[in-house]
Amino acid sequence: MEICGGQTHSLVKNGIIDLLPEKVRMIHGPGCPVCVTPLNLIDKAIELLENGIIVCSFGDMIRVPGSKKSLQEAKANGGDLRILYSPLEAVNIAKQNPDKEVVFFAVGFETTAPANALSVLHAQKENVTNYSILVSHVLVPPAMEAILDDEFSSIDAFLGAGHVCAIMGYKEYYPLAKKYKIPIVITGFEPLDLVQGILFAVKQLENGEHKVENQYSRIVKEEGNLAAIKVIQTVFEVGDREWRGIGKIPNSGYQLRKELESFDAEKKFGIGNIKVPENALCIAGEILKGIKKPNQCSQFGKTCTPVNPLGAPMVSSEGACAAYYHYSDNLMTSK
Amino acid sequence: MGKENLGFDTINLGHGSGGIMTRDLLDSIIFKTFSNPYLDAKHDGSIVKFKGKVAISTDSFVISPVFFKGGNIGNLAVHGTVNDVAMCGAIPKYLSLAFIIEEGLRIDDFIIIVNSIKKAADISGVQIITGDTKVVERGKGDQIFINTTGFGEVHPKANIDVNRIKAGDKIIINGNLAQHGMAIMSQREGLEFETTIESDSTNLNFLVSDLLDEFGEDIHLFRDPTRGGLASVLSEIATDINLGVEIFENRIPLEKQVAAACEILGLDPLYVANEGVFLTIIDSAIADQVLKKIKADIKGTNAVCIGEITSEHPNKVLMHSLIGGKRIVSPLIGEQLPRIC
Repeated sequence: MEICGGQTHSLVKNGIIDLLPEKVRMIHGPGCPVCVTPLNLIDKAIELLENGIIVCSFGDMIRVPGSKKSLQEAKANGGDLRILYSPLEAVNIAKQNPDKEVVFFAVGFETTAPANALSVLHAQKENVTNYSILVSHVLVPPAMEAILDDEFSSIDAFLGAGHVCAIMGYKEYYPLAKKYKIPIVITGFEPLDLVQGILFAVKQLENGEHKVENQYSRIVKEEGNLAAIKVIQTVFEVGDREWRGIGKIPNSGYQLRKELESFDAEKKFGIGNIKVPENALCIAGEILKGIKKPNQCSQFGKTCTPVNPLGAPMVSSEGACAAYYHYSDNLMTSK
Repeated sequence: MGKENLGFDTINLGHGSGGIMTRDLLDSIIFKTFSNPYLDAKHDGSIVKFKGKVAISTDSFVISPVFFKGGNIGNLAVHGTVNDVAMCGAIPKYLSLAFIIEEGLRIDDFIIIVNSIKKAADISGVQIITGDTKVVERGKGDQIFINTTGFGEVHPKANIDVNRIKAGDKIIINGNLAQHGMAIMSQREGLEFETTIESDSTNLNFLVSDLLDEFGEDIHLFRDPTRGGLASVLSEIATDINLGVEIFENRIPLEKQVAAACEILGLDPLYVANEGVFLTIIDSAIADQVLKKIKADIKGTNAVCIGEITSEHPNKVLMHSLIGGKRIVSPLIGEQLPRIC
């Protein structure tokens, strides 16, 4: 299983999956930040938008359907939604609009956590009190463990998410490899990275090994990026998190530290209780856990397309369903 | 030409009233800049004469930011429509020019835009023969919107028709992809990053006309992959002709910096807008000569044959990836959005 949605896209986009020998089958993992962000978080962001709050978001998030509509539709209805590349820009927007509240939709894995955390530190330092973040940060290792514990999962080896490990390093994967006797190869995103990552994993399996290996050594250090980790730890603490399609995983995400609660949009605006059910036809959970492939879904390419998605994996640029739809033979769903 | 005659620094609702202020704006800026016998008649419209078949194309320009590296909304509004007319196999002659201006636009900026339009029209060999100016309240526009309609005479040797494409035809593009879209993206609010990427916005009509002079009917199609990029245009063509399109990733011309910017933002250059790129689909017998001819032109130095039409996989575009795999290239669905990480 490749953990990261970026890896899934690279595998499908470059046609690598079809080039692999028959015995090597890639199972697509949960590493799509948009896909695992719970539905109720999207509804919460929309609630904020509809109450005159400026909501800032990464672009990828805005097309994902909430229970009634997407952020993009809420924007079309008059909501002030800003698409940003850097959360620090959201702090600037808050400074420029002192009479308005500004919320950054802080989603993502460990990769985006440092920048999101830094925005809070900046706001605190500059006393920007009209800025807060709607946090939905999730962590890779607990998700891997949840997948391995799932009775339907059949994973022999992992390609670790290169960019996550660029931040966090890979020490935290040692206990996982040992406990589940499974090779974990930290892998990059270029076609050759992936092919080499797969080769490392296959070699380990052939030799009966289960090590943590680093294919992406040009970027990833064992200890990670210490400055980034420090920023994360200053702002966030580990807590339980709801994963869309997977459910609650203990200690699987970040929440704001108690002393920074004033930057927590859920608490600030009292929207913590919004809860909504998932679309029953969508099998995103099974897709994210690698139990089913996108084209094994009865709705794939029929009722569920990027224009009218049932679930997030069909919308996100890192979603497995979108990868299959765009780059694979989406017109031949019977394949 | 200048704002000194107007007594204002910014455009206001009065300039769109149809009264004296409108007349002042037109006289001191528009008519002065674009003066020609058609406009000087100051009639409600213009009467023009064509020899044969006429190609007409219209486009509205709502770009933000209005000024960008390599151009502005003014020359873009000329190039976009001139190129659309040229893609029909026609020689663009005349343009209409309509402004919708949001009150508050600086007159200095308006003058820069109008001058850019004039320069681009002169270079493209087209005249502005009719137009319109409206002003909307602040908040009801985005500084300035421009609509242009182009009229061109169809080249006597042209027979541009998607249905003339056949299996075996070659696909040639004239230059690097994704320059325009990435230049705009790099300057958009919230996404700013430092680059020297410039828009490729330019007129393609003379190169197209030269190709028609020499190769005539052997050219089956011209298309400019603007919004939606190369991927969307090729997908449309495959569907229209019920044939397959086969392209090779290693031949797609892409400047390093543009490739890097696309990578950072998570955008696929095949879907990013171009404003100075066209593709032509031609009989394979003339492929080498066409390529040579395009490469000899300053607007085609990076020209390359990116692939061909095939009877395999009808309705689909298939790309051979750098690493030797294959993928389907599907049309753009909604707006391309930067990814999270």
